[in-house]
Amino acid sequence: METTIVNNDFKSEEYFINMGPQHPATHGVLRLLLTIDGEIIKKVEPDLGYIHRSIEKMCERDSYQQIVHLTDRMDYLSSHINNEAVCLAVENALQLEIPERVKVIRTIIDELTRIASHTLWWGVMGMDVGALTTYFYGFRDRELINDIFEETCGARLTMNYNIPGGLMYDIHPNFVKRVKSFIAHFKTKLPEYDSLLTGNVIFQKRTKGVGILTKADAISFGASGPVGRGSGYSCDVRKHHPYSALDKVPFNEALQTEGDSFARYLVRIQEMWESMSIIEQLIDNIPEGDYNVPTNAVIKLPKGEFYQRVETARGELGVYIISTGTKNPYRLKFRSPGFSNLSLLNHIAVGGKIGDLVATMATLDLVIPDIDR
Amino acid sequence: MTNVELQKHIDNWFTDPGAVKLEFSEEGSQFLNISIHPDYLHELMWSLKHNKETHLDYLFCLTGVDWGKELGVVYHLESTLHRHSLVVRANVEDRENPVLDSVQDIWATANFHEREVYDFFGIKFNNHPNLKRLFLTDDWEGFPLRKDYVDEVNMVVK
Repeated sequence: METTIVNNDFKSEEYFINMGPQHPATHGVLRLLLTIDGEIIKKVEPDLGYIHRSIEKMCERDSYQQIVHLTDRMDYLSSHINNEAVCLAVENALQLEIPERVKVIRTIIDELTRIASHTLWWGVMGMDVGALTTYFYGFRDRELINDIFEETCGARLTMNYNIPGGLMYDIHPNFVKRVKSFIAHFKTKLPEYDSLLTGNVIFQKRTKGVGILTKADAISFGASGPVGRGSGYSCDVRKHHPYSALDKVPFNEALQTEGDSFARYLVRIQEMWESMSIIEQLIDNIPEGDYNVPTNAVIKLPKGEFYQRVETARGELGVYIISTGTKNPYRLKFRSPGFSNLSLLNHIAVGGKIGDLVATMATLDLVIPDIDR
Repeated sequence: MTNVELQKHIDNWFTDPGAVKLEFSEEGSQFLNISIHPDYLHELMWSLKHNKETHLDYLFCLTGVDWGKELGVVYHLESTLHRHSLVVRANVEDRENPVLDSVQDIWATANFHEREVYDFFGIKFNNHPNLKRLFLTDDWEGFPLRKDYVDEVNMVVK
């Protein structure tokens, strides 16, 4: 029997809806223009620019010390690592010898930042697929890291702890003690994450086989961070282009080969274990010494081009400085990880359902100010 | 490959190097730089990715630059297999109607990056499937990251 409904009045047709800019699953002001046929996604087109501040243009009139502060406002969950990228670029250009103490402290705080970012991601990831409890677990643990940051850096989110030449001030006397107690605490809590969400059947059904990205596509789309590594693409900048104290610390690169949302999820869980391992290896061996080397009040980079790559919680951040020898950069480009990771969303979401798109976007872990620099 | 080997290898590709005008330089940069005439950009890029020796399959940065007289694009490439890197530059002199060939058929990531460059520098890309403004609204006048861009309302000039 034919399934025609009342004189063919109802036809299967493509139509278009907006997701965002104020949709809870877009985690910020990202607007997605969805072309859908029933529940099936035919096309995803991101509409960007709702919070574009033109940081790159502002950098052209600012001094290098000022630029560091603007980078906080890109990927605000990796602010310390963003700051470090600019500082490293400037230090390399000036050929400054950075004290070992600075390198070790930077790396410890980098990894704490990564754990803080991943716990937040884990919380909202669960929430996106309907498990509200994860949000409270994630924020409970992230709060402890923010308290450590607050004590040492004076701020919880936009830390501005790095300056060209080193650190703004020395670590707080409680720093080592509190980091150790956090690691001891988090080692007992991270298995809870697995028992609460990872093994959950509903969660696995929502994420396994959803949003599959092959390794070849991952490279072609410039995926980086856990998004690339979930597809078996070894892209950890910390491994391939080590900076600060990372060349002295052995750690494993988290890799999964399936390329689906669940693989990206597992990579981030594994990264938290690796970050803890890096911190544990360094926290007892912070060398004595200065916490910065003095630089000129007005920093002038030599004429030339300088590129620095770092691994933020989201992937590869590149800072590309073109200097003409003045106190401002001639051109400064931020290659943000979220921008490239967003560009592959259409590729992996087409053919899936709207609910799958939410799960896929959650594992891309987009931070919109990072895309809308 | 080292930079010297890369340079030797790529230099052999074009039988008439005078016409193609490949310029190599390592001055003031940590990478090997190639400047290429826009006409040969796509041909060179295609070879850089698909040649087994170079295998530059990862475009990790694509930057638009206003050099004053000229507008240009800088491509940062890396090989995920051999782990060597290379920088390619192409400049256009025509500021009114700057056009370059798109490389989004070679590296998919170039799709968004080229739209960003078009948005802020006004450089058009041939064969781009969806070349329209990415961040700014469609009726925005001018290209903000150009050095001669003036916006008396929104910009604070020191």
